Order: sequence, then structure tokens, then C-alpha cells
Amino acid sequence: MNRSLISTSFFVILILIWAACTGDLSGIGINLKLWPDYVMPPPSGVFEYLWDNSINGKIPMAMLVTLRRLFIGYFIGLVIGVPLGMLAARFRAVNDTLGVMGLGLQALPSVCWVPLACIWFGQSEAALLFVVIMGTLWSVLLSTQNGMNNVPPIYARAARTMGASSFYTLVFVTLPASLPFVVSGMKQGWAFAWRSLMAAEIYVAVASGFGLGQHLHYGRELQRMYQVIGIMFIIILIGLLADKILFSPTEKWLHRKWGTDKK
Amino acid sequence: MEERLKLEIQAYPAAKLSMEHIFKEFPSNRGTVKALDDASITINEGEFVCFVGPSGCGKSTMLNIIAGLEKPDSGIALIDGLPITGPGRDRLVMFQEHALFPWLDVISNVMFGLKQKPNLTDSERLEVAKYYLYLVKMDKFSKSNIHELSGGMRQRVALARALAPNPKILLMDEPFSALDAMTREQLYGDIQNIWKKRRKTIIFVTHNVREAVCLGDRVILFSPHPGRIRREFKVDLPRPRNINDHDLADLSQQITAELKGYQCAAECD
Repeated sequence: MNRSLISTSFFVILILIWAACTGDLSGIGINLKLWPDYVMPPPSGVFEYLWDNSINGKIPMAMLVTLRRLFIGYFIGLVIGVPLGMLAARFRAVNDTLGVMGLGLQALPSVCWVPLACIWFGQSEAALLFVVIMGTLWSVLLSTQNGMNNVPPIYARAARTMGASSFYTLVFVTLPASLPFVVSGMKQGWAFAWRSLMAAEIYVAVASGFGLGQHLHYGRELQRMYQVIGIMFIIILIGLLADKILFSPTEKWLHRKWGTDKK
Repeated sequence: MEERLKLEIQAYPAAKLSMEHIFKEFPSNRGTVKALDDASITINEGEFVCFVGPSGCGKSTMLNIIAGLEKPDSGIALIDGLPITGPGRDRLVMFQEHALFPWLDVISNVMFGLKQKPNLTDSERLEVAKYYLYLVKMDKFSKSNIHELSGGMRQRVALARALAPNPKILLMDEPFSALDAMTREQLYGDIQNIWKKRRKTIIFVTHNVREAVCLGDRVILFSPHPGRIRREFKVDLPRPRNINDHDLADLSQQITAELKGYQCAAECD
């Protein structure tokens, strides 16, 4: 059987089981309702929620608010993390200080910053951004450093004999040579940023904008499980799209250039 | 194309190199290794010189000192009478591994060294890069990625990259040792051809005596522990030389016998 057929039928069957157990299929004589709606809503309820709130703009608005935080925080994390990673690879003193600190802080799930962030920045946009930045920064820093340290020294030697200055060599040889590592670090940083933002949004209610995490949180408070599950679907969708749009093409390009896609 | 060639030859005459009483030691886990012990050598303009010797004899160290990638502990290293202070565009190196940049295509790799050269417009650089790719017979592959090329093609591109900035001296560090015999033989022909056309000073490091005799005007013999220059042979065979030539084989046999003597002496110490 063809592979896409297998996976499609897998998900269709999964949804059918869900529908059957929650009373959605009573129209065709399956009268099964194992749980009340506030425990497990039927697919029709979730779909209805998604449809209505997409039309009235609540979900698009929440996506916008969340993605804005994510992109700003992630971007700041990159802008700080990549140069610091380069410095840590280049200078032992930076490695022994910031590098070690990064190693420690990377082990800390960034949602652990939420209590402090709330005290420092209040229930504000800045608190959420801080958490996202902390999620991105250290993993980007470490993978940039690791990437630069793994560049074969012969590239830099070749560049130097061709008369390249050490700055030129750093920017146009060592940095591109470490690109495969840096990109996988950026991908990991993105995953961390996304997870930490969701955790932070559930945790922190902010007047400046209702993100997806906050919708999830209030869905629970109001016992609207169709809302909780609907928002979960949106979160999954964004995660998948980010990978497809942002990272997949970049990785494909890298593999083609470096010739690493030949199996 | 040919006119440009003449012009460039006038602009950059090949260089004279003199290395006097070079000493160089490296720390190792069994004490210091004397990589070079009072090594002196003079290389004339436009000469093709081969360094031969077993591993650990200091031939690559000497090359790196000439390249400016390493500094001697003591001794004088002069190029056209001026001391060597670091790497420079006038001395380009071709490494054992091609050292081409995988994130750039073939033509951009050749352009890399040219971009370090001031007083050229980008279109001039492109033209020069194209010319050298043509010279190494790689002009059809200018847009290819590096990993798509065979080992021999990669070394051709590396050669074009080293030649394009028009260095006075070309330093080649066992550039063909990772290639198969067929490809190597082809490249011997090509390199002699290019050398005849471009008249550069070439220093070629190898452990393959036949290769050295095939390419060099002079073959310099190094011996290990400590690294010393033992003897030099002048090769007066007519060019272009074929590696399978009879006289060439005779001479390399003679040199090999000599080399074996040193190696034995060093091991018996």
C-alpha cells in the first residue's frame, strides 16, 4: 500500500474512533457517549469552535499575538546568540565564562524563568519576551560555538594563504563553514522558543494581548475542552508549518551544497 | 587571453627564495621533535623544485615556513631579499586535501583569492577566474558544487584557485597523493604544461620519488630525525616528461636507494 494512503487512513480511523466514542456518530446508529463534553468533547464541537472563532477573528488574532512574540523573542535571541557563540569559539576567556554559563542555563527549561520574569517585568509583554529569549539564546550560542570549533582548520589556512584578513576569514570562511551546525542550532532554538512561549502564555496573563496559550488556559478555567483541543490543533499546525516553511528549505539547500543528502 | 598572460608575467616576475640555517622544533609527548635542523636552500626564479623524503623529515614544515603559516625558531627566510613575516598573496598553497569551500560553487572558489586582490573590478576578476578554469580544463564546471566533482577535478579547481591571484610562488603540499594513478599521470602532464606557460617558481612536496623526478628541475632529499637536507639532484631530462620514461625510472631508482640509506641510518640510531 502506498505510504500517504497508510498515514491518511490512520488519521481518518483515529478521528472516527474519537467521533464514535463521543456521540458524534449517533446519526448512523452508534449511540456511544463515554465522557461528558467537559472531559472529552466530540470532533464536531472542536471543529465548530475552530470555524466560528476563525470567522470572528479571535483565533487569527491570537495567532498574530503569539507569533509576534515568538518572532521578536527568537530574533533577539539569534542576534545575541550567534555573535556570542562566535566569540566563545574564538576566545578561550569567553568560552570559560559565557560558554560555561550557557551550558548551565541551557539545561534549565526556560519556563523556570517565568516566576523571576514576572517579578522583574510584571505581567507584561517584556516578561514573555524574556522567557522566549532565554529559551533561544543559549542553545543558539552553544551550537554556533560548536559549529565554529568543528570547522576543519584547513579552510582558515587556505583563506589566510590567499591573503584574507582574520576578520574576513571569520565572516566569509569560518561562519559559512559552520552553517550546518548553526542552522541545526537555530532549529533547536526555535523549538525551545516555541515551547517556552506556550508555557509562559499559559502561566502569565497579559493585558496587552491574548495569545494561543492564554486561550488554552481560559479554556480550562471555563471547562471548554473543545476550545482547549482546538487551540492544541492550532499550536501543532504552527509548529509544523514553521518547520516546513523556515527550516526544511534551508536544510535542503545545505544538503545540496555540502553533498550530504546522498544516502 | 594570451595578451593578458604576457602582461601579467611582466607585472609579477617569479621570485627568488633563500632559506638560511632554518631550525624548527615541535613539542610532542616524547620530548621535542627536531623538524628542521640547520636546513638551508636557495631556489631560483621560475624553478620547479621538489622536496622528497619520508614522513617526519621536515619537508612540509619547510613548505609551511615558506608559506608563512609557521615561523622558524631561528634562521633567515627571504623572498626576493625581504623577510617572510606571514602568509601572503605572493605565495599560494595547494594542500593535500583540496581545501575548497563547499558552500561556494567552482567559479566562486576560484574568485575567493581574487577578491583579496585590490585594484581589480569584479568583471576583471570573473574573467581571470574563467581563464584559469579554462587552463585546468574545468571551464565547463564553473557552476558545479564541489561535492559533485571527482578527486582529480577538485584538485584541478584547487590548482586554478591557487594560480588565479597570480602568485610569485606556488607551494604544493602532496597535492596528488590522494588521487588514483591514472588521474595523477594526467595531472603531471597538465602541471608541466601550466608551468611552462606561466613560469612560476613551484615548490612541490611529495614522498613519491618518481613524481618528484617527473616534475622537478631539482629534487631535494630530506632525511628525518632530525629533519635535514641531505642531497640534491639536478634533473636534466627533456620536458614534457613522461613518468614511465626509462631514464626517469633510472634516476628515481638511484634517488630511492639513497633515501633508503638515510632512513636505515636514522632507524639504527
